[in-house]
Amino acid sequence: MRHHTLRSAGATALALGVLTGVTACSGSDSDSGSDSDASGGTFTFWDPYPQWDEDTAWGQQVEHCAEQTGVRIDRTGYDTSDLTTQALLAGQQGNSPDIIVLDNPVVSTLAEAGLLSTTEDLGLDTSGFAENLMAAGEIDGASYGVPIGANTTALYYNATVLADAGVDPASVTDWQSLTDALEQVTAAGHKGITFAGIGTEEGSFQFLPWLWGSGADLHDIASPEAVSALELWKGWLDDGYAPNSVISNTQEVSWQEFATGDYAFAQNGTWQLAAADESGIDYGVLTIPSAAGGPAPAATGGEFVTAPVQTDTDRYETTTQIIDCLVSADNLLATDTALSYVAPIEDLREQQVQDNPGLAPWVEAVSAARGRTTDLGTDYPVISEQLWNAVQNALSGSQSPQDALEAAQQAAESGLGN
Amino acid sequence: MTAVPTTGGWRNRQGDGPRRRRTPSGTGVIAWCFLAPLVIYLVTFYAYPLYRNIELSFKDYTVASFVQGNAPFVGWDNFTEVFESPTLGPALRNTLVFTLASLVFQYGIGLALAVFFQKNFRLAGTLRALFLVPWLLPLIVSGSVWSWMMNSESGVVNAALEAFGIGQINWLTSPHWSLVAVIVANIWIGVPFNLVLLYSGLQNIPPELYEAASLDGASTWQQFRRITFPLLRPVSAITVLLGLVYTLKVFDIIWIMTRGGPGTSSTTLSTWSYELGFGSLLPHFGPGAAVGNLLIVIALVFGLIYIRVQKRQEEW
Repeated sequence: MRHHTLRSAGATALALGVLTGVTACSGSDSDSGSDSDASGGTFTFWDPYPQWDEDTAWGQQVEHCAEQTGVRIDRTGYDTSDLTTQALLAGQQGNSPDIIVLDNPVVSTLAEAGLLSTTEDLGLDTSGFAENLMAAGEIDGASYGVPIGANTTALYYNATVLADAGVDPASVTDWQSLTDALEQVTAAGHKGITFAGIGTEEGSFQFLPWLWGSGADLHDIASPEAVSALELWKGWLDDGYAPNSVISNTQEVSWQEFATGDYAFAQNGTWQLAAADESGIDYGVLTIPSAAGGPAPAATGGEFVTAPVQTDTDRYETTTQIIDCLVSADNLLATDTALSYVAPIEDLREQQVQDNPGLAPWVEAVSAARGRTTDLGTDYPVISEQLWNAVQNALSGSQSPQDALEAAQQAAESGLGN
Repeated sequence: MTAVPTTGGWRNRQGDGPRRRRTPSGTGVIAWCFLAPLVIYLVTFYAYPLYRNIELSFKDYTVASFVQGNAPFVGWDNFTEVFESPTLGPALRNTLVFTLASLVFQYGIGLALAVFFQKNFRLAGTLRALFLVPWLLPLIVSGSVWSWMMNSESGVVNAALEAFGIGQINWLTSPHWSLVAVIVANIWIGVPFNLVLLYSGLQNIPPELYEAASLDGASTWQQFRRITFPLLRPVSAITVLLGLVYTLKVFDIIWIMTRGGPGTSSTTLSTWSYELGFGSLLPHFGPGAAVGNLLIVIALVFGLIYIRVQKRQEEW
């Protein structure tokens, strides 16, 4: 009996070994075959939009640029965080794709690792792109990519719920008036506010407007102002103004909660506009208020089109053409409409607002928004990780906001080695 | 090259005379030829990744040095960092609680179900097959379903509890409950494995023993305690040990449901290792690999125990 299993295990292993051998051979065959297929060659293209296949507007935009350049584009969509890992591994093995559409806070990190070409080397014209967006891709005066569009978060509100509770959305101008509004709404039997406090970059992205709106900055996340921002969130949870699920909510899940129609407010992004229209909710959009009143700077989201360094430098010329096509003024409008993003160029934004007046508050929010890596550069990821840990610990009640942020500041400092 | 020793080897086996003394080396070559695929497989898919992981844990990898491949050797620094980390304590404790609780309940429920299904009632086969479903489902599916069911606001678990007058429990978002939540899900996933092994073990117990026992007036409980349980011991030992090695490294279900959080309340060694390596924008490959190695050592210890137990059973 035992002998039999051993033997069959051996046979399986042998069969596997043979199979790997065979597939390895055939794999390399088909690769070399496809390379010589299209006249201009095949260009690999990675983006963080796995949800859009080749039949969607974005997929067709990429396809259009492939045709215009006369090459074949082999496009692969990865999950955002997975894309960074994949880009690193590919860079390490020396087979980076020709173009990667990267989440803006990781551009500086990959650039510092020497993975990305500068826009100067590529010969890309970046004039006209908004300064506050470009900043996220700049290190030591060199820029490492072109923003394809920008998004940020703001407060969606449900007008029906607010009216029912007797709250005027225009009255929400600072933290106190927002909390008052939440109290009124919950007293009227509705639910207050939902956001995404998950322990990932998304959580930091959502918390930053409140942190910045308190007057704190990322150099000292344990300052009294920073603590007041976390206490605001924690207070909402304790008073039942925000559901407990925000601790594990991604922005998508948080949106689903808002889409039930019970919630008065939801902090979410530009990219939900289409979903908001479809939901049938009578919604409006407010910029996130700061503690003392007035709009708080939100964090810029959105991706950069980057070109990883290649050993075969002849490829850059075509790569540049493809990128030019994607971000040229004519196509950018279509691209950003496809992605539901705010255009990175001033003139195009006016056009966008004309086409879709609903974008007006978003354009305003993006103009006021701050890049996550603008101040801190490659230190940002270290601090961001500690920040989302602190948010998790405080919201779940393991630590007080004060203790959580102090521990986070300490861990960030030791992580940065100072 | 291989053809010549082949004929030599065969001739010798047929007793072709003592003339050809060099044949043992011939059979050696053949043996290696047959072994080669297995050895290549083991080296490529086991030895090399293991070596890389050990190498990673002794070097200081940053994003830049990972790409350029010039990470400096830092000795035990990564391990020191891991041992001094405030996450180590909770991670070890959670791994222990997670593994023990999962094993006890998986085995207990699995055994109860196995004994239950041994009474060949109608539809027993169908029901037993249905019990295998959790095992067949991709973990991403079971993980997502469990996290929906345990959602604080709209989960069906809380809705059911409310019907009994129990207030809202924040299964996934409370530091007191998140570990319980992932353990419950993991027990559900592991029961079928225990059920299948223990059920097949039960089939090998001769029915005469039960007949004799009932003639002697033994109650059902006595039959279970004096016959079923002792005779099932070899199978039980293997089931529990396999379950142990498997449960130690459970990662997906925890990551999908709680990502080891909130805070470190459901972090185990395996989720911690992944979190260090891939959980943030900046990968910490060194410490991540160090935690991975720690886990390998722990699993190895239990693997050796497993081999010893198996040996002892063969001697029985």
